[in-house]
Amino acid sequence: MSRIEADRPVKPVKGQTGVRSPGRANIAARTLRTDKWWFQSALTFTLLSLWVLYATARTVSQRAYFVEKYHYLSPFSSPCVTASCNPAARDFGTWFPHFPPFLPYALIVLPFLLGFRLTCYYYRKAYYRAFWSSPPACAVAEPHTTYSGETRFPLIVQNAHRYFFYFAMLISLINTYDLIRAFRGGNGGFGIGLGTIIMLINVVLLWAYTLSCHSCRHAIGGRLKHFSAHPVRYKAWTFVTKLNTRHMQLAWSTLASLTITDAYIALVSGGVFSDLRIIH
Amino acid sequence: MTYLAKFRVWRGDDKGGDLADYKVDVNEGEVVLDIIHRLQATQSGDLAVRWNCKAGKCGSCSAEINGRPRLLCMTRMSTFTEEETITVTPMRAFPVIRDLVTDVSFNYRKAREVPSFAPPANLKPGEYRMQQVDVERSQEFRKCIECFLCQNTCHVVRDHEENKQAFSGPRFLMRIAELDMHPLDTADRQHQAQDEHGLGMCNITKCCTEVCPEHIKITDNALIPMKERVVDRKYDPLVWLGSKIGRRS
Repeated sequence: MSRIEADRPVKPVKGQTGVRSPGRANIAARTLRTDKWWFQSALTFTLLSLWVLYATARTVSQRAYFVEKYHYLSPFSSPCVTASCNPAARDFGTWFPHFPPFLPYALIVLPFLLGFRLTCYYYRKAYYRAFWSSPPACAVAEPHTTYSGETRFPLIVQNAHRYFFYFAMLISLINTYDLIRAFRGGNGGFGIGLGTIIMLINVVLLWAYTLSCHSCRHAIGGRLKHFSAHPVRYKAWTFVTKLNTRHMQLAWSTLASLTITDAYIALVSGGVFSDLRIIH
Repeated sequence: MTYLAKFRVWRGDDKGGDLADYKVDVNEGEVVLDIIHRLQATQSGDLAVRWNCKAGKCGSCSAEINGRPRLLCMTRMSTFTEEETITVTPMRAFPVIRDLVTDVSFNYRKAREVPSFAPPANLKPGEYRMQQVDVERSQEFRKCIECFLCQNTCHVVRDHEENKQAFSGPRFLMRIAELDMHPLDTADRQHQAQDEHGLGMCNITKCCTEVCPEHIKITDNALIPMKERVVDRKYDPLVWLGSKIGRRS
């Protein structure tokens, strides 16, 4: 094939497309990278899979999600608005009758939280690489014969990320409310325990992750063409832009903080150890 | 301090080729392009390589070193061990002409397909003064030296030759973003980006950003903002409604 013909649309043939296309340098190897290019994807695959397994197990277990004495409510079960919840955890009322086994108590928000993470620009990069090998790493040939990106259903739904972001803001408010309730002593007054501190760190990280979202950056000011005409939004955009450069780190930190918060509450609730109290 | 390095360099043309082994002297402070030039001078006078400034600013000497898209002139030999065999190949997303030289005309064709800056028709030269905050976003994109390493590493065309017609690649989607962020540009860049330049094919895996020798945040500052702008115009019913009742531009 001549050079001029090279980028005409051609029907892809397995083994003869991509880096093995006619006209390109004849190199059989899918990559000549000598570093451990597979490591990043393998690590992402492992950590995300473990997190999903943990979160699924904990949300369907319907157990050890609440410490009534200090009002520690696990973020995996908040808001607790079913009759199956401990009555003290139902601060927002009882919206649903008893849930059957295996139905997560936070069913009302989990689809939005899941949607927010699934359509997140960082997680997209992570799971496209780690779970779909598209591509497995930079300059490493992917195994797929054809590719249409995010132009068709279902992946075109990624464009709804901003709506999940709006819901995530609301859910962060609920998490903040849970945190305020966790400043409670054993006698019912004000108190702080290690659980409160862990919940505080979790909520700060959740807010930072949510606000560092690319859709937030766009809505707050990125969509403008004329920054000088909108100085306040420009300032806000500058702040979110700084956070946005840490979006990946925040994405992973929040997975860790959610897990630690839930595990701590589960262990205290299950009586494995008692909460370390700082004040009352 | 000189040592004898092991090199494997791809030799051939569009009809075929293979990796050829060389042993060549390396001096302290040299870059890979120096070694390629030494090969030309001492062992392989017909070795084809495209280069110009040798300072990381002309974007000519793009190639792949140990499988990674890099500029030959900006890759220091000190980043490799003396025992390591260094493999140098042409960029693998474009048709090869000979040895390390590829035909990058795909990029020039895509560049021509991007409509140029379109200021308001009644604006006279000198009538508009831009403030720094209005230009700084596009200034980052203007650092591009057009080495086409981002185009080369983007799997949408690297791994799918058939996508070259529909997809312009990160360099030219960044150019569209640059124009769309310009306060005076009046063209409809959002529909162009999605419908004519294939922005929807980008799955933001950030390889373009990883290989950019100018460290331009192509994905975070150009491609994702452009995707969000496309959502404004094509997929967000609230923004559409806002534009109909005159609350959003």
